Amino acid sequence: MREHRKSFIGFLAMRLPMLATLLIILTIVLIIGDFFFAGIGHVTWEFLTQPPRNANTEGGILPAIIGTAELVLLMSLAAVPVGTITAIYLTEYARQTSIFARIIRFAVNTLAGVPSVVFGLFGLGFFIQTVGGQMDQVRWDQRMKSLHAVIAAPASPVAGNHIATVALVQTYLQKADNGDWTDQATKLNGFPRGTVARVNADIVERYFRNSVELNWGKPGLIWAALTLALLTLPVVIVSVEESLRTVPRDIREASLALGATKLETIIKVVIPNSLTGILTGSILAIGRGAGEVAPILFTGVVYSAQEGPHALTDQFMHLGYHLYILATQSTNVEATQPLQYATTLVLLVLTLALNLSAILLRSHIRRRQVA
Amino acid sequence: MPDQQTPPREPLRPGAGPEGTSAHLARLETRPSFTERNRRIGERIVEGLIFGIAGMSIIFIFLIFYFTFREAAPIFFGSGKTVETAAVMDDYRLPGEKPEADTSSAAASGDTSEVYNPDSGAPPALPGDSAAAPAVKKKDAATGSPKGDTSSGSEVYNPESGAPPALPADSTPAPASAATAEQTAKTNDSNSRLIVGNDYPILDRETPIKLSYLYYHNWQPNSDHPRYGIFPILVGTLKTTLIALLIAAPLSILAALYTAFFAPKRLRETLKPIIEILAGFPSVVVGFFCLMTVASLVQTLFGIDYRLNAFVGGIGLALAVIPIIYTISDDALRAVPGSLREAALAIGASEWQAAYQVMLPAATPGIFAALLLGLGRAFGETMIALMATGNAGTFSWNFFEPVRTFAATIGAEMGEVQHGSPHYQILFLLGVILFIFSFAINLVTEFYVKQRLIKKFRGAE
Repeated sequence: MREHRKSFIGFLAMRLPMLATLLIILTIVLIIGDFFFAGIGHVTWEFLTQPPRNANTEGGILPAIIGTAELVLLMSLAAVPVGTITAIYLTEYARQTSIFARIIRFAVNTLAGVPSVVFGLFGLGFFIQTVGGQMDQVRWDQRMKSLHAVIAAPASPVAGNHIATVALVQTYLQKADNGDWTDQATKLNGFPRGTVARVNADIVERYFRNSVELNWGKPGLIWAALTLALLTLPVVIVSVEESLRTVPRDIREASLALGATKLETIIKVVIPNSLTGILTGSILAIGRGAGEVAPILFTGVVYSAQEGPHALTDQFMHLGYHLYILATQSTNVEATQPLQYATTLVLLVLTLALNLSAILLRSHIRRRQVA
Repeated sequence: MPDQQTPPREPLRPGAGPEGTSAHLARLETRPSFTERNRRIGERIVEGLIFGIAGMSIIFIFLIFYFTFREAAPIFFGSGKTVETAAVMDDYRLPGEKPEADTSSAAASGDTSEVYNPDSGAPPALPGDSAAAPAVKKKDAATGSPKGDTSSGSEVYNPESGAPPALPADSTPAPASAATAEQTAKTNDSNSRLIVGNDYPILDRETPIKLSYLYYHNWQPNSDHPRYGIFPILVGTLKTTLIALLIAAPLSILAALYTAFFAPKRLRETLKPIIEILAGFPSVVVGFFCLMTVASLVQTLFGIDYRLNAFVGGIGLALAVIPIIYTISDDALRAVPGSLREAALAIGASEWQAAYQVMLPAATPGIFAALLLGLGRAFGETMIALMATGNAGTFSWNFFEPVRTFAATIGAEMGEVQHGSPHYQILFLLGVILFIFSFAINLVTEFYVKQRLIKKFRGAE
């Protein structure tokens, strides 16, 4: 009797883990299959190469694809070098007992655990408002210096702190400096009491000083990319570190024995031997970055655009955000369902392809380690 | 290496030593050449750079905390910047010019259209357009601090009245001489409480926020009299996190047991990457999957009123958490020395007894770490919660009602909120809470779990 019970529990104990594994894998298959069969019919050439039309209810996702690609490219330009160098420090320079290295490891782990939306807040508070805002302020201060020269010029109606109407100043500014101030002159329309108000040079300058023109201090591609780079930094560090550790110690020692310095050994022996690992790290980071939406919500993504971003400060469309918008914020959720499934499929295929290639590369590295 | 020693100190004057002697040659050999010395300095610099860049991760952590906390700081310390940014058209009056507002000042003092905002660049609103004026006014928050005066006309700073501008940022009631009766009603909690009939004060959109406003069971930040009660989102976050862990923890630990001990060897190496694919799914995609498929499934299965609810969100979060718990538990289980299992088998335990009663307890700290990290992920996951939980800011313990989580609240509302407004500060406060929570989790895993793990295995070997 007891034996029987024992074997029954044993049967359960052996089968339950299998069932759990099966359930997880079935869910994965279900997700992929669901989106594959629902989306494959709607992914047409036109969908991939057209901008969205009619408030995102028709057309394609080309700007979103371009925006996502540029975003992750910029992101990896920032994350991969920093991550690789950190990994090199951790594996090559830091001693096992080094407290500094321990703190770095802890910081990297923390960075990996910080919720992605917090990165978005950080991007908004640090990159956009602090860094971008300062850049704008510096630029604006320089512009104010040239404005001072323009206003103090003899031809100016307010030269020598004379008093003139705003309209007069406006016409002067429109022509001054070969039209350099045309766009600024229109700002004077907003002057209190309109263009008939009388001003002197001080007032004009004060008015302009208060209206800082935002160029960097607003959401844009560069800030979103840097925010994402911060998010994917731990991914790069961990994966590069892992591959650096697989470089055999003998090779390093051989290089040192031949008279190479430590840095030469790292640059000429260790890094070439772990290029696959750095590549894996980059791919994993790109895969992670391409799918993250929360960090870019307030740092540069835009609801709809006809083209991809042209400048670093441009806002951009993003595949994941596009899906989120279509699925939850759209005016007609039902009508855009084919678009939603098609966008999901594109995003899923993109990230899965990146992740799969990373997995394959990684198993390649591990095999080398065993060999 | 020999050339790292300092070169011999011999006079370098020409002709000082006998040329061509063996001593001279030896000196030439040991002295590093100029280019070589340069290169070593270059290496020093490069190594210093590596050191500096490696330390950047630490700086980032501080920066993240500082800049998220800085935006939320006015809640704790109040804002001191209010007075400086209060710009009125008085700034643009010529010296000695007779204020033309004099004639109409009495009539205009209550008119919001008189408020002029130099930052917006927009023309002043027409007198009849009373709704436009506050809108213009709000834009100037872009200069960095909450605007002192509210959209209410009575609080417009009137230079002619001789009274200083009211400082609503100062949460204590303004002195009677400076504040009108209306202002007192707005800033004084005790008055407002009498009107509402509960403990919550009537807030204006621009009323500076205090920490005590968070103790309330309604989250209605977008109403005209916003309520920033934090309890519904706290409970919502706890609910979804709990559901996610209740689903994910057993599944992923069992799966880890399977791949670590029970699965055939060849299957073992393929199963792990497959499960880890789940970690590669973008969270929007998982959120969309829950929104479409899981929500319909749950609704037909349980027959609930709300399509999107805490349970659906919990399933979505579980999907995000499973790969994390699985991977770390699997690593922890495999890290347990095989001798333990062999010993258990040798004294007559069956395969499953060895796995459940010997290996699993041995790996407890690692599995605990896995659960903690999964908890952190579920707590802070944004897009899935945003898309699948229904986002209702009402207080309820029911698992099948729509809820709202911390992260989803930030994600949903940050885009529309006015920079520097109380609502904005509160959202940053939620971000600070999320950050501190994840930081604490990491602290525990780093200093508690790892120590125990090391001790355990040292004792085992």
